[in-house]
Amino acid sequence: MRRANPIASRPMSTSAITPQSIPLGRRIKRFMADRPLVPLVILLVILVVILQILRPGIVNERWIANTIKFAIPLAILAGCQTMTMLTGGIDLSVGTVATMSAFIMATQIVNQDPAVAFLLAMTPAVLIGLVNGIGVGVFRVHPLIMTLGTSLIGTGCLQVYQRTVIASGAKIPDFLAWLGTGVTWGFPNALLLFVPLAALIVFTLARTGFGRLLYAVGDNERATRLSGVRYWQVITALYIVSSLLAGITGLLYIGLIKAPSLSLAEPLVLPSVAAAVIGGTSIFGGRGGYTGTIVGALILTVLTTLLTILQMPEGARRILFGLIVLFVTAAYLRIVEDR
Amino acid sequence: MNHFLRRQGWVIGLFALLVALFILTKLIQPGYGSGDFGSLARAVLPYAFAVAAQTVVVIAGGIDLSVAAMMALTSVTAASMMAGASEEYALFVVPFVLAMGFVLGALNGLLIVVTRVPDIVVTLAMLFVLQGAALLVLGAPGGGAAEWLKALISGTVPIPGLPDAVDAWLPKALLVLIFCLCVIWIPLRRSRLGLSIYAIGSSELAAFRSGVPVKRTRILAYALSGLFAAFGGLALTMSTGIGAPIPGPYLLASVAAVVLGGVALGGGKGGLLGPIIAVFVLRLVRTDLTLLAIDPNVTAIIEGLIMVAVVMFGAFITMRGRQQ
Repeated sequence: MRRANPIASRPMSTSAITPQSIPLGRRIKRFMADRPLVPLVILLVILVVILQILRPGIVNERWIANTIKFAIPLAILAGCQTMTMLTGGIDLSVGTVATMSAFIMATQIVNQDPAVAFLLAMTPAVLIGLVNGIGVGVFRVHPLIMTLGTSLIGTGCLQVYQRTVIASGAKIPDFLAWLGTGVTWGFPNALLLFVPLAALIVFTLARTGFGRLLYAVGDNERATRLSGVRYWQVITALYIVSSLLAGITGLLYIGLIKAPSLSLAEPLVLPSVAAAVIGGTSIFGGRGGYTGTIVGALILTVLTTLLTILQMPEGARRILFGLIVLFVTAAYLRIVEDR
Repeated sequence: MNHFLRRQGWVIGLFALLVALFILTKLIQPGYGSGDFGSLARAVLPYAFAVAAQTVVVIAGGIDLSVAAMMALTSVTAASMMAGASEEYALFVVPFVLAMGFVLGALNGLLIVVTRVPDIVVTLAMLFVLQGAALLVLGAPGGGAAEWLKALISGTVPIPGLPDAVDAWLPKALLVLIFCLCVIWIPLRRSRLGLSIYAIGSSELAAFRSGVPVKRTRILAYALSGLFAAFGGLALTMSTGIGAPIPGPYLLASVAAVVLGGVALGGGKGGLLGPIIAVFVLRLVRTDLTLLAIDPNVTAIIEGLIMVAVVMFGAFITMRGRQQ
């Protein structure tokens, strides 16, 4: 499901050249570039089959529900990466933002009204998103450095905050626990949140002006600015949206993990980048979409299960994720250069 | 003289800032003495090497995001190799770890040159890989360090011909830092390779057309960065006596110090002295905050804010320069 890139549409018609005149390797490459979802789904199925062979009987209804439950927070965070990567950026503060909102929610719910606690939990997300956006959009700091810096500041703030709430303790709101872990008729309840959210992201990217701006900015920033787009406004809005999504992920994740800690969502950051890259979003901007990212998140979750069964340590997992990011980026670069 | 002043203006200004901060420190804490300066130098040591690693690459027109992870990996490698081993064994460990940093850095450069993926993506991927490797070497903080290595950076060493009062202000850590940097940097700066590094950072195309081997220079710049990062990792192990697989905030600190030190993020400009002074400035600010009895966590926040502000300022300057 390649989404047509409206502003910078590349020549897509293969019909102009007769198929016979193109060598097979090139045709495969072009097919992969045009329909990245097909090889991704095939890869996912292969991974599940391998899993089934290694542990016969593991793939059942409960396993699928569990896999989806764990893939959803990753998929939302990878959504943040997808959107920022479309503009040629990256958001490494999502882990800290998710952790902050989760921790604040769990501690504020003890004395506060749920709505107030929710607003308090979302405040740091908006603030960090705003600072990221201003830093990247106005001051032109590289997004990676900027979001790394804000995540460092956020972690510091969280540590200070933690001491003020040690006495009051923490609890997981029942609603979040239901949303995070509950399963109704075989479907995880988290889908109730995820399906509308994913639909909204896909719709925004494909059909709205904001989505088009993201693709445009990532594809050719100079041209976009010359055609009258206020770059900093787009970027600021983007990073705030990204942070808000990360905050919501935090709330969902605390319902799933049920143990508030200061490094709750940190382990999700690297996989979220990897999921977006695997899903076909170019880290240089202008190419990609959210549907691929969702499949990427599922692939990574199944892969993690596989690695756990193979008793691969955490370190090896990180090495693998790093190599995946490098390999896939290099491969996509080749495909794009080939056109 | 005028020419010198104009060229080194930024570094001189930075040095003045450092002196002003020292005076401020003395005002806050009248008892601030040579011992405190010694611990400052020890704290600066890993940061300074991280900054040196970043500086070389930034001058060559790139950026290395894997600096902190490289330090973590070299640190745990050194710590786990020296744990329970004899003192003499460490004589073998040190060159081994330095060579490892050099090779891994060269791998960074090689991947950038061969895959043609931008440096920022390659070093980000390497950040994941090196972090994972560090976790494989040592799952939790641990290991050990040889006593002579630890002694190498603690206390002072009597230098003949210097009065004790001056000598006390020259802690071993500072001397080690100056020695290591000078031994690598000064010959490099005067060599053909050093000139090539500045050239490819300034304009890759122009350098290529003037016959500079761009690819080889880039690989060597990253290799040198890896070497400096390995020094940083060793410094970490030396000062703490153990190795920790989770890297500290060295990446952001190195970028901030490079910017504050007057090295343009576009490449081709600046030297090593500025960033090193900048590291001292940043660390001294932290010391001052601690002396003012501010909560260490709040100190971390303020430090992060300063670093982000510096990086924003640097990016702003770069943008202005590009527009003109």
